Amino acid sequence: MSTARIRLPATAKKGEAIEIKTLVTHTMESGQRRDAQNNVIPRKILNKFVCTYNGKEVFRAEMAPAISANPYMAFFVTATESGTLDFVWTDDDGSTIKESAKITVT
Amino acid sequence: MSLVSEMAALSRRRLLAGAAGLAGGLIVVRDASAQAVQPGAHQQVLDKAVGGKKAQPGKVKIRMPEIAENGNTVPMTVSVESPMTASDHVKAVHVVTDNNPRPEVGSFYFTPANGKAEVSTRIRLSQTMNVIAYAEMSDGSVWSSRAEAKVTIGGCGG
Repeated sequence: MSTARIRLPATAKKGEAIEIKTLVTHTMESGQRRDAQNNVIPRKILNKFVCTYNGKEVFRAEMAPAISANPYMAFFVTATESGTLDFVWTDDDGSTIKESAKITVT
Repeated sequence: MSLVSEMAALSRRRLLAGAAGLAGGLIVVRDASAQAVQPGAHQQVLDKAVGGKKAQPGKVKIRMPEIAENGNTVPMTVSVESPMTASDHVKAVHVVTDNNPRPEVGSFYFTPANGKAEVSTRIRLSQTMNVIAYAEMSDGSVWSSRAEAKVTIGGCGG
């Protein structure tokens, strides 16, 4: 089971670019490794990450197997209004991991 | 990175250059069983990502440790000089490597709402290689940068 962790300031001044740090547990199986019987272990990674701020997409990433296990992603968002940031990771199998965080803008 | 630590890193690099050369022999043996790297494949991926546009060097900065002990998780930060306004911002950053089994690392799509064009993540490097980043701006121009990371333990282990 994957869990996502988000770190961002709880409050921010309007117009300030705040850093958002995300970390999600996932093996990010690259498809390059082989098991004990020398069979290729099939690729299974989180291939997409999207961050929306009050419903509007602000940042998106497409990930390849070269992204390390337990993907870490940090980026900036300008604080414009109080509300919710939603984070969605999409797995190769189509399943998603979702997390959200609140921010108060003063 | 401060100037002092930058200088320290430089002299450390000189010291370790010999050691890295020795380790190179071991890495080659290990790679004989790995998937062959296609030369130039990373350039094809970049060309495709930016629609064949020519990249100019500059504006993009890749921050990585010069010597990565563990290739399974190498911290990387890519930043691009840009005011990030509606009329002048970074649209996307594409990152590739020139010596991994597959060249793609990731594509990061920015909006003016980011305020700052910077992304940090952790990447896998199977051996010592270059990381190349292309930044696509809202005016259609493409800027590039590259950085080398020396890897002592590769990140493709089974």
